[in-house]
Parts: sequence; structure tokens; C-alpha cells
Amino acid sequence: MSASATRQEGWSKAPAIVDYGEGELLEVSMGPHHPSTHGVFRMDVTLQGEQITKLKPVFGYLHRNHEKLGEGQSYLASMPYTDRLDYICSLTNNWAYALAVEKLVGQEVPERAEYLRVIVGELTRVQNHALSVGFLIQDMGASGTPLMYAFKEREKILDLFESLTGSRMMCNYMRFGGCRVDATPAWLDEVRRVVAGLPKFADEFERLLCTNEILMARTQGVGVLPAELAMSAGVTGPMLRASGVNYDIRKVDHYGIYDRFDFKVPLGSHGDVYDRFMIRLLELRESIKILEQALRDIPDGPVMDPKAKIRNFRPKPGEAYGRIEAPKGELGFYLISDGSGNPYRYRVRPPSFVNLTVLEDMCLGHNVADVVLILGSVDIVLGEVDR
Amino acid sequence: MLGEGILKGLAETAKNFAGSYVSKERLTTVQYPEERVAPIEATRNFPFLVYDGEDAFAGLRCVSCQICEKECPPKCIYIEKSKDKKPDYVGKPQNYPVRFDIDISVCMSCQICVEVCPFEAIKMDTVFELATDDRFGGLLLDREKLSKSNEYYHTIHPTEATEVDARLAEEKAKVEAKAKAAAEAAAAKAAAAPPAPPAAKPEAPKPTGGAE
Repeated sequence: MSASATRQEGWSKAPAIVDYGEGELLEVSMGPHHPSTHGVFRMDVTLQGEQITKLKPVFGYLHRNHEKLGEGQSYLASMPYTDRLDYICSLTNNWAYALAVEKLVGQEVPERAEYLRVIVGELTRVQNHALSVGFLIQDMGASGTPLMYAFKEREKILDLFESLTGSRMMCNYMRFGGCRVDATPAWLDEVRRVVAGLPKFADEFERLLCTNEILMARTQGVGVLPAELAMSAGVTGPMLRASGVNYDIRKVDHYGIYDRFDFKVPLGSHGDVYDRFMIRLLELRESIKILEQALRDIPDGPVMDPKAKIRNFRPKPGEAYGRIEAPKGELGFYLISDGSGNPYRYRVRPPSFVNLTVLEDMCLGHNVADVVLILGSVDIVLGEVDR
Repeated sequence: MLGEGILKGLAETAKNFAGSYVSKERLTTVQYPEERVAPIEATRNFPFLVYDGEDAFAGLRCVSCQICEKECPPKCIYIEKSKDKKPDYVGKPQNYPVRFDIDISVCMSCQICVEVCPFEAIKMDTVFELATDDRFGGLLLDREKLSKSNEYYHTIHPTEATEVDARLAEEKAKVEAKAKAAAEAAAAKAAAAPPAPPAAKPEAPKPTGGAE
């Protein structure tokens, strides 16, 4: 029986109820204004009772023409717009874009600037992972408390960002050939103080959550993503590593100065929501390790290559792809220059958009309440998905 | 034991709850309009124009070069260049903006105008309580509203303002030394060859205040 056939029966049945020959199915539109969707994101789900039989992600509600805008303005003018992609971690977006442009023009970055980039990048990772875990628990129904614990820690890091870059979230800090302003010794001491307090926060967070029976019952075995599927779908970041694939661009590419730091890449074995949750907590601890090493070794010197140009920046014709391990996965910028002041092509490879493509595979057969959780464990930011 | 993990988590929240009565650092919020946290020096919000001395028009550093207008990513700056000229801080005659509008409902506080300005004329303000019921006029700031004194700049970004002042004073000293050398050379030339026509003297710097 088709959907139109059911409609002819009058008001006895809602038009969303369809029958594909396996009993009656209900089509539900989750979102775009739903507290669990982390922004304006819609999932068209088809339900059989409580179970998901089909799921179609619908995005584009927050589309704001990011790539086309980038092609119409100078290279520098795109930098503040990259802040607005993944607005939780604007500094890693800056870094990826700066890396792509530096690759395009063959620009060197001074030592101190590289260390500063690592410090702000890893601080970003800490606050992103704390926040994504907090939101995941919030999606589970623990309204407030764990999220507020994460926010409390994030606030300290955002204060550091503000005193360095001038803005809490829209940092606009990195430039082609270094960083915009130098960090004062007082700022570095403040970072050392905050980083010294982070392990305590991680311990507290783990005691609060990791052994919680409700959390384990809700997340273990839910939303399993097999490693083969994750690899073939191009999933990156904590999601891929939770499925047991050892792939971290910091280890693969050694971009910046990551080969100097001693850190481990935590791997999951089940690929379920619980593994993705644990991976983030473990990565948070590894980031603290990197931060401690970077703060110990940071040298003196300039933060900007004096030969780098701010105005009249015209790269030679060519193309470049710069990618980094952003907190959510592989964030890449692809640029083609035709020798003018604007890029000919400006493309963003956003991690959370690609990670979303496997949402249906993870959700099939689960209940509606689990979909909320699985989406939370993907860790999306709609500013980046829709661009 | 089932429920052990939950109890462990509850102990953590109970510790924080009880701790907030004894430990000050566990209290992380303030009651905003009455209490305020200390402002952070590097904070930026919207741009303003700096002027030296007392008079907002005479001391305005902006020479209407329109670089910020061109470089502004969301194109929120509108400048109309003057036909006549007025002396700048070293006394050189320069254009000035007849109109300088910033639409702060469009501005995204990226600070690129500050970075590209060669005259240290535009800087970032820290005021944030800008709510208005006039959606169009109230958020479109004109030259009069944007002009703020160098003293104000010193109060909001003391470190940065001192650096800027030092840079401007150095530039001014250089220009003055050059003018002096040129005047001396002209005088020497005039002394060496009395019947020569009088050399064109560079314009003497006019006092515009500030920048010392």
C-alpha cells in the first residue's frame, strides 16, 4: 500500500504512517529544532514501533556559503571565517587553514610560533573533548551536572584564549608564517597553572562517569561502527580510533613539530558509543601530556616570519592541501591559486560532515532514544557540517 | 555491586556541593550586573578611531587611505575621503574621512582593520553593553561616535597603547630630524651661493598634541 493510498482512507491514519509490506511504519522528522541535534540538523527516521528501519540525515540549514565566500576575498580575509566553521575549536581551524596556505607559498614558521600553535591546539582539543563528553551525557538525560563540570573547565581555557588572542571563541589567531601576537611569560605561567589542574579534572570526570551503571547500560554495544566500514567511509578522528584503527594525523603526517612529543594514540576495540566516550577521555589525558612537554620546551624568539606579507598576498599559481588532526577528525583545506589575490578554489574537508555519513549504519535496529546518543557520540558541530 | 558506580559519581557531586560552602575557588560564577569579573586586557569587541589631543577632529589619526575598507572581510566599513587636507601628527597635510561609518551589526570583530592600518588610527574597543532598541541607526556608528581619545585607548589597552605611542614618537622624531637636516642643507646651500633662489622649506610640524 502506498502513502497516497493510506491518505485516501481519511483521517483514521496519520499521513506519515506508511506500509512497505512489513507492517506499518511511522515516519518521524527529528529536528531541525531538537535539543539533541546540537544545532539545526534533521533526521528523517522511519520507525517500526520503536526501532529504526531507515534514517536519512538532512543538513544545510546553517549553510552560509563559506567556500564561495572564500573564493571572492583575499587569503587573509578567510581566516576569521574559518573560526566560524567549528566554533568550538576555532584555533585548530585557523591552524589547518594557515598550514594549507603556508604549503601553497612555501612559507616557514618560526620555532616559537610552532610551539604556541601546539599549545593552543591541544588546549582546544582538551576543551572540545570535555565538552563533547558533557553533551553526550546531557543527551543521555543527565541534564546539566556533567556538562557544567565540563563547562567549568572549558571556561578556564577560554579565558586563556581571550587573554592571548582577544576573543574567547572567534580567536582569529594564526597568520601565514606564524601567529598574530606573542604570548607573554605571564600568559605561559597561567597556562602552566591551568594545565597543572587538568589531570585533577580528568580524574574527577572519570570518577563521576566511567563506572556509572546507567551510562554503561545505555552506551555499551550501542551504535557499533565496524572498522572496515569506518575506513571505507572516510571516517576520521576519535570515531575511527574507537573502532580500533590506528590512524592519527599527528603521528602520520608529523605536521608542525608533533614528532618531538611523546604521546600515545588511544584505541578502542568495540567501536560502540562507550568506546567513543572513553577515547575522548583518554585523548584528553594525552593532550595534557603534550601540553606539559610543549610548555617545558617552548623557546624564545619571534612568532612571525618577518618576510611574511599581510597585505598584497599573492601566491604563485599552484595547489595545496593542508590537513591536521582536529579534535573531531581530519580537517583539511584545499586551495588552488591562479596567481591573483583570491584563491581560485577554496575547499574545506570537514571532519564531522564526513563522520555523519555513517550515521544510518550505526543507528539501524536501535531505538529512537539511542539515535540521540549515537548522534551525540559522533560529535558534530553544524557550523562545520553545513559551512 | 550494582549501583556502586552511581554512588561513586554522587559522592563526587556531593563533594563539590559541600565544598562550595567552604572553598571560594569552587564558586565559579558571579552575579553579573552587580558583580563583574576583571576585564582582560587583550579583549576586543568593535573598532574605534583614535585621536590625539583634545579635539576629536583635529587630532584624528585616520588619513582616509581606505585600506581597512578594502580589507574588511564582511565589508562593514564605509569611508568618504575629503577633498581638502589637514595636518596629521607629524604635520604633513593629509586627507581625512568626511564620513567614516562602521555597521557594528555586520562587524565580526576580527581585528583585520587594525592589523592592516599603517597609521595606528583604528583600534579595538572593549565595550560590550551596546544593546539598543534602534536596530538600524543605533548600530551604525559614524565618525563622531567612533572617535575616541588616545587617553581612552591607554585605559583599555595600556601595554599596546604604550607601544603604539613609542612607535609614533619615533616616526615623528625621524620626520623632524629629516626636516631639520633638509632645512640646514638648504641654509648651507643658500649661504654658499647668495644669489640662489630661496629653497622650498618643508612645512614645520604643527602642534597636534599627543604622540609624545
